[in-house]
Amino acid sequence: MKTIINEMKLRLPAISVNESVCRSAISAFLAELDPTVEELGDVRLAVSEAVTNCIVHAYKDLPSGEPGNIYISVRLYNTKEVSIEISDNGCGIENVEEAMKPLYTTGEGTERCGMGFLVMESFTDALNVKSKLGKGTTVLMRKFLKSSVEGVE
Amino acid sequence: MKECEIKNEGGVIEAKIMCEIDHHTAKNIREAIDAELSKSKTRILRIDFSLVSFMDSSGIGLILGRASKAEAIGATVEVVGLMGRLRRLVCMSGMERIPTIKIK
Repeated sequence: MKTIINEMKLRLPAISVNESVCRSAISAFLAELDPTVEELGDVRLAVSEAVTNCIVHAYKDLPSGEPGNIYISVRLYNTKEVSIEISDNGCGIENVEEAMKPLYTTGEGTERCGMGFLVMESFTDALNVKSKLGKGTTVLMRKFLKSSVEGVE
Repeated sequence: MKECEIKNEGGVIEAKIMCEIDHHTAKNIREAIDAELSKSKTRILRIDFSLVSFMDSSGIGLILGRASKAEAIGATVEVVGLMGRLRRLVCMSGMERIPTIKIK
């Protein structure tokens, strides 16, 4: 039976200096599941992309000086599954399917190359994105670590 | 600067990046490199990633942005020192198809 062995919730301002903070926090938290260097690197990369999307896009309509928050919820399961939910209550994505197409970006002039979702999808085992215009976006990623037992209920 | 060591000699700019590359750190790196690009006639911008322990797609944007600036002044970009996950990320971007970028 799949059970949660540990859980973490973080709330941080959606400012760019927190990109590395989020990576470090997730790394520390994952240690309990003894991930390989490769698995840890995959998760750090996927988290960095999701958090960066939040920082670059979610609150761009807010007057500057009000950063808005990133909400991160991580669960570790006895099956060595990790589930990471990264959400915001920012502007939302009008068309999620379109936004997830490789190289699609709304970050003109800011050197964003539109690879974020592609990277998240490639380096995790499951990606789910939900969004509502004006309400916010939630990205859910799952990673099954080596010797994990997939789909055990 | 602590994020990036830059040498600029004989038309070759060598930028050795020494930090994790994300959207936050890319800003300073970008500004440092672009400042050098505007100083003198450059033929080659060589960006060295051998000391970069982490990079996300902001690093891809960093390279592409520099390639665009380089192309405007008739220079090329060499990407060196890519290892492991960084190399995989660069391959995913398809940037080897861009003529001004040489991946070593």
